[in-house]
Amino acid sequence: MQKPIDKTGVKIGMWIFLYSEIILFGGLFVLYAVYFHNFPEDFAEGGKELNRIFGTANTLVLLISSFTVAASITAIQLRKKGLAIALLLFSLLCGLTFLINKYFEWGAKFHHDLYPNSERLLESAPGFNIFFGLYYTITGLHGIHVIIGMVLLSISLVLIMLDKISDQRYAMLENSGLYWHLVDLIWIFVFPLFYLVLK
Amino acid sequence: MTDHQNDHALTADHEEEHILSYGFLAQVLGGLILLTAITVGVSYIDWGFLNVPIALFVASSKATLVLLFFMHVKYEGLVIKVSFISTMLVLAILISFTFWDVAFR
Repeated sequence: MQKPIDKTGVKIGMWIFLYSEIILFGGLFVLYAVYFHNFPEDFAEGGKELNRIFGTANTLVLLISSFTVAASITAIQLRKKGLAIALLLFSLLCGLTFLINKYFEWGAKFHHDLYPNSERLLESAPGFNIFFGLYYTITGLHGIHVIIGMVLLSISLVLIMLDKISDQRYAMLENSGLYWHLVDLIWIFVFPLFYLVLK
Repeated sequence: MTDHQNDHALTADHEEEHILSYGFLAQVLGGLILLTAITVGVSYIDWGFLNVPIALFVASSKATLVLLFFMHVKYEGLVIKVSFISTMLVLAILISFTFWDVAFR
């Protein structure tokens, strides 16, 4: 007989970690707010370089993947193993789509000579340079979180295939899901701040 | 309260076993997509100093939907609810005090 699992305890542990993540990104948003306050014109210039369509597409991709991850937990609870696997595979595909979009987006910026230490940024107004510094820091850190989230979802996927995650025991899937939703949550704020409010 | 939760929970035999139906989750997704459409739509109009508040208001609404339903906060016990709200308070203090200092220096 296995030891009983403290389901609530497992979840509280994950949440405490998520709180630290929230404060981490919160600190970056404070930086954004302060420099936006100090250099509103330069930030508006910077915002014009970003593509609203790319941002919207990535927002939808992440929202849909959050839905499929939440639905995969329902599927596991209802013992629909095949459906849970399919939903997780689709979520991973969404994560990959997000990263590919990001790759093309960053590529376009590099092409326009907009990258840390580029000549154009060094010669431009300080606020413009800071804007792209924040853009690469925040979207880059978020991108790393997308990759970590995909790794966690992949591990959950394998554990489901091995029947290590079942309707009796799915804390790993739940916590991976929580992480994935946090990634979505952060993007919900990154998207309007970088792509929408600057005009 | 339990009756209300049964509306969109297929079974609620246990305190921590709330199974959300696919249909309900899809409705939440629909709401999120609608809010995204709204925030992108209004961004084509210049609302002056209201640009940031409007965008943040819609973003917070989306975040609330994700937290309550996708992240199951609505169905969690007191510990997670209270600790989450405390984290938000810390974040609010961090943001408001920093900004206070910057704005009125």
